[in-house]
Amino acid sequence: MLLLQNIHKTFNLGTVNEKKALNGVELHLNAKDFVTVIGGNGAGKSTMLNMIAGVYPIDEGRIVLNGRDMTKQPEYVRAKYLSRVFQDPMMGTASNMQIDENLALAHRRGKKRGLSWGITKEEHDLFREKLKILGLGLEDRMTSKVGLLSGGQRQALTLLMATLIKPELLLLDEHTAALDPKTAANVLSVTETIIREEQLTAIMVTHNMKDAIRFGNRLIMMHEGQIIYDVAGEEKKRLDVNDLLDKFEQASHGEFANDRMMLG
Amino acid sequence: MSILLAMFSAVSQGMLWAMLALGVYITFRLLDFADLTCEGSFALGGCVSAVLTVNLHMNPYLSLLCGFLAGMIAGLVTGVLNTKLKIPPILAGILSMISLYSINLRIMLNQANVPINIREEGVSSIVTAIQDLLPESITSMSQTQNVITLCIGLLFCVLSVAVLYWFFGTEMGSAIRATGNNEKMIRALGVNTDTTKIIALAISNGFIALSGALVAQAQKVADVGMGTGAIVIGLASIVIGEVLFSKVISFKWKLVSIVVGSIIYRVIVAIVLQLGLRSSDLKLLTAILVAAALSIPRLLPKKNKKGVA
Repeated sequence: MLLLQNIHKTFNLGTVNEKKALNGVELHLNAKDFVTVIGGNGAGKSTMLNMIAGVYPIDEGRIVLNGRDMTKQPEYVRAKYLSRVFQDPMMGTASNMQIDENLALAHRRGKKRGLSWGITKEEHDLFREKLKILGLGLEDRMTSKVGLLSGGQRQALTLLMATLIKPELLLLDEHTAALDPKTAANVLSVTETIIREEQLTAIMVTHNMKDAIRFGNRLIMMHEGQIIYDVAGEEKKRLDVNDLLDKFEQASHGEFANDRMMLG
Repeated sequence: MSILLAMFSAVSQGMLWAMLALGVYITFRLLDFADLTCEGSFALGGCVSAVLTVNLHMNPYLSLLCGFLAGMIAGLVTGVLNTKLKIPPILAGILSMISLYSINLRIMLNQANVPINIREEGVSSIVTAIQDLLPESITSMSQTQNVITLCIGLLFCVLSVAVLYWFFGTEMGSAIRATGNNEKMIRALGVNTDTTKIIALAISNGFIALSGALVAQAQKVADVGMGTGAIVIGLASIVIGEVLFSKVISFKWKLVSIVVGSIIYRVIVAIVLQLGLRSSDLKLLTAILVAAALSIPRLLPKKNKKGVA
């Protein structure tokens, strides 16, 4: 499925701001894995997702998705196979465009965009059905500008857009971090429903340990640009927050007391 | 009577200049790219059209098309400078604009202007080409040329609005609008934003050059300096349209509002000229108008945010 081989990435190489973001990441994902990723600030979680998506080129290593070597492919080419939801609800949608226009853009993810009309009648009906699943009443506001929606509504819409065409891999980058707890819970439950029903392979970065334990079938912990802990199946189900905190302590040799506060 | 005539001519001028405003709208509002190429591409359209009609005796309408295509190439160059060579938008536009000054002079065989002398054998302007087709009973009337100019302006405005409305409703046009709106998002949806930017710049400058060609044809002269201040004039038309049609959100009426804005801009110009202002003061006046129109909505407290698209 997804194979990350010895990924290295250093930002601002050769300057005082040099930062080794990824330091030999190795990851092998099976089809239909739903992996949650945790780690302190600067551990490389978001960077790993950005590297998979092709936002920046990697310095070293290989990224293979379903037998396809994507290492050198630009971001917009990889978008054919994978879709993303960002942390910032403003990032995933075009605010000056209508809800249906945004969905139509997403419905053409990775396809050639020609001179036929940007949205068809059939699509309109399809979008209405899909929006109903969100349960936010957006199906009656399809010609509203997305900028008028709340952060939670926008994030739910982004999630729908990301899965409108089934991606081979779904990347969720702290997509509930900017939402209030109640909305975050709603968006998470929609996320889980969609991933389960569409049988998607997904990677979800989160700062919330409870969510990381509760969702998905596999959990990885990152520290200083490496994956330091990888647990799946029954073993993952038995985890609790304290286990994870202990892992953090071990990994950081106690120097992570500050991060412990942030994560707890 | 003279005021009436001045208004009449202002309206047809406004329509000919409207394509400039539409072009500026594509980059400035839809793509969120402050493109200064337009100063050069406006003059480029005029120069190409004038030289082709005068020196090659080309059909003036065909020369408009050539002007349009030349403008597209200018936009394409700016797009490549920005996307492939990573030059910031403003600077990429300035580089094209400056190069076009030399290029335009070359096109006009090192003359600063090319008059379209319609009395010369084989030379006709977009106005006289139509005039020649009409029976003498009509052409002998006093304002024929002005009426023809008005009709041409109207025709091109309707066509331009229709074409742009169609294009920006297509899959490709939607992708361009999304590029201006949220580049990161549309890249994540598999769109090469370099390509969408280049296409948008080419189309924008095509329409701007078309406007320059129409203006040169209507005033029977192309001048290397005719594009100076074009971006401000385009912006003035856009903001006048936005202020007048502030409730409008549909794209179709946005485009119409720009055409109306362009006409009103010319009417304002005609009025202040009638009031005794010098034509050389116009650029200052236009700049003040744009500065005021852009800043006042932001400075006024508690005004509802209005989406600009």
